[in-house]
Amino acid sequence: MSIRARQRIAQTSSFWIFRLATYAILAAATYIFLDIGIRGGQTLFTNHAPFVNVPFFTQRPQTLFVFEYQGQKYTLSDSEFRVWKTQHSGEVEASTVAYSAGGVWPCIVGTALLVIGSMIFALTVGICSAIYLSEYSHNSRFIRLIRIAILNLAGVPSIVFGLFGFGLFVIFLHWNVSLLSGWFTLGLMILPAIITASEESLRAVPNGLREGSLALGATKWQTVRKNVLPYALPGILTSSILGISRVAGETAPIMFTAAYALRDEMPWQVQRWTDFVFQGVMALPYHIYVVSSKIPQNEYTERMQYGAACILLLLVFVIALASILLREKARKRLSW
Amino acid sequence: MVVMEQEREHPVPPYEPQKLAAPEPRQKAMITINDVDFCYGANQVLYDVNLAIPPRAVTAFIGPSGCGKTTLLRCFNRMNDLIDGAHISAGSIELEGRNINEPDIDVVELRRRVGMVFQKSNPFPKSIYENVAYGLRVLGATKKSQVNEAVEKSLRAAALWDEVKDRLDSSAYGLSGGQQQRLCIARALAVEPEVVLMDEPCSALDPIATAKVEELIYQLRENFTIVIVTHNMQQAGRCSNYTAFFYLGRLIEFGATSKIFSNPSERQTEDYITGRFG
Repeated sequence: MSIRARQRIAQTSSFWIFRLATYAILAAATYIFLDIGIRGGQTLFTNHAPFVNVPFFTQRPQTLFVFEYQGQKYTLSDSEFRVWKTQHSGEVEASTVAYSAGGVWPCIVGTALLVIGSMIFALTVGICSAIYLSEYSHNSRFIRLIRIAILNLAGVPSIVFGLFGFGLFVIFLHWNVSLLSGWFTLGLMILPAIITASEESLRAVPNGLREGSLALGATKWQTVRKNVLPYALPGILTSSILGISRVAGETAPIMFTAAYALRDEMPWQVQRWTDFVFQGVMALPYHIYVVSSKIPQNEYTERMQYGAACILLLLVFVIALASILLREKARKRLSW
Repeated sequence: MVVMEQEREHPVPPYEPQKLAAPEPRQKAMITINDVDFCYGANQVLYDVNLAIPPRAVTAFIGPSGCGKTTLLRCFNRMNDLIDGAHISAGSIELEGRNINEPDIDVVELRRRVGMVFQKSNPFPKSIYENVAYGLRVLGATKKSQVNEAVEKSLRAAALWDEVKDRLDSSAYGLSGGQQQRLCIARALAVEPEVVLMDEPCSALDPIATAKVEELIYQLRENFTIVIVTHNMQQAGRCSNYTAFFYLGRLIEFGATSKIFSNPSERQTEDYITGRFG
């Protein structure tokens, strides 16, 4: 075979390998989103007005009762079943499926609360330390140690963060299974990513802006606040979008620290407002985990699993969209 | 980055103490440089520099790349503080008789008095108006009328007012390169400095924009002490009153520009000016 022909084969095959590798991602993404979307959509939407399964969004999870009565098959939730029993006489043999009726409203609220709290914590601490690392610190041995610590922290598996949070916040600090424990555990988990990304965006601000500001008699802090941070903010927000989806979707860090499998009260139903942060909540990823792993699988549990997964995706999408809009607003304020 | 410029291209000449023909001491010097040695870490870049920069005049620093002229310029407003390991290892720099490196000197106030225009024009990503008002705002100016007045005054002083007065609220990035550099000059003038340092202000400009900036520098001399670093010999000749020639970290010759260019006392100066090297 001539060299020319061999080159041509190598050229064509390498091109197709690269191309197919790229398209594989698209195939995987399409499959995942279609699968969750179609199966979850069957739970989320109905074929009659208002076309949205409102109870699924607004009710608490309930046990599903499945039974036959006078030749007709019933699938009723716990509360519906009680009402039904008062209206009908006679014994029925009902099989129960836990968590498979009702909706996921407390999980949505719980996940939203966990995301908001932990992002506030992580962004505050993360941006502060990124400013320190990028603007104030000198390249000393101690700072290099800190950078290594951040890198290592980023590689720690999330279940280890869960155990750490359990040991420190839940047991040692007596916060028990609570929002507060979850906020700090999740916050610490994404802190390295936030610090790294924020520092990158701060460093991307041209040095001329810093020097120009300092040369005009601005202090260091004035320079950072007026002439560096505003231009780094869009980049910082981009990184926090990634953090949001991780926080919303992680199960391991909250399963010991913040999440309940089932809770009857909603988070705002507390006796004193100080109790608010010391209560555990239901959360979507943990709910999916509980329904999928603790209960024998059947068509009824599947409905709940995929519905919850679909809502989780939607929630992440909505929060990400909100931060993208926020970022665009921040970008527009600067006349680059 | 400055350190990289220090790579030696020429052999170190044998050093002999220079007997400089000092310019006539008409007035007290604005900036006095006494026996200054300067190091980046262990790398010495300035050797025993003595210089008195006269007030209300344009002093040009000329010399080949890496001769230390920008380093010396950045000493005057202590911008070298921002570089790790950079320090004056011997000697002192005085601004109107006060050593600027003493611990009780307020660097922020020093930089207000000694403004700077950079080689690469660096307007802030803000409106033209906000660019000029920035220095006033960080100094605490809040009164709208006061700021308006100062912005107009500075833009007029930088010969930019007529070109931008109708679009003060549009982005400074929409200006041409020369306009951007004059905006940076206006920005520096807005805080009413006494000294304006210019680090190769025209190196990225075309001849027409350069001519405008040079004309501006020549006018500003009446109210400010200007120190300009330049690679462009003609530029030093055109717009400066005094010229200092640096070579490999040493001040070779300092004197009235007309004398340096017509009748230099040092051989090296003559070689450089006539283009035999550099």
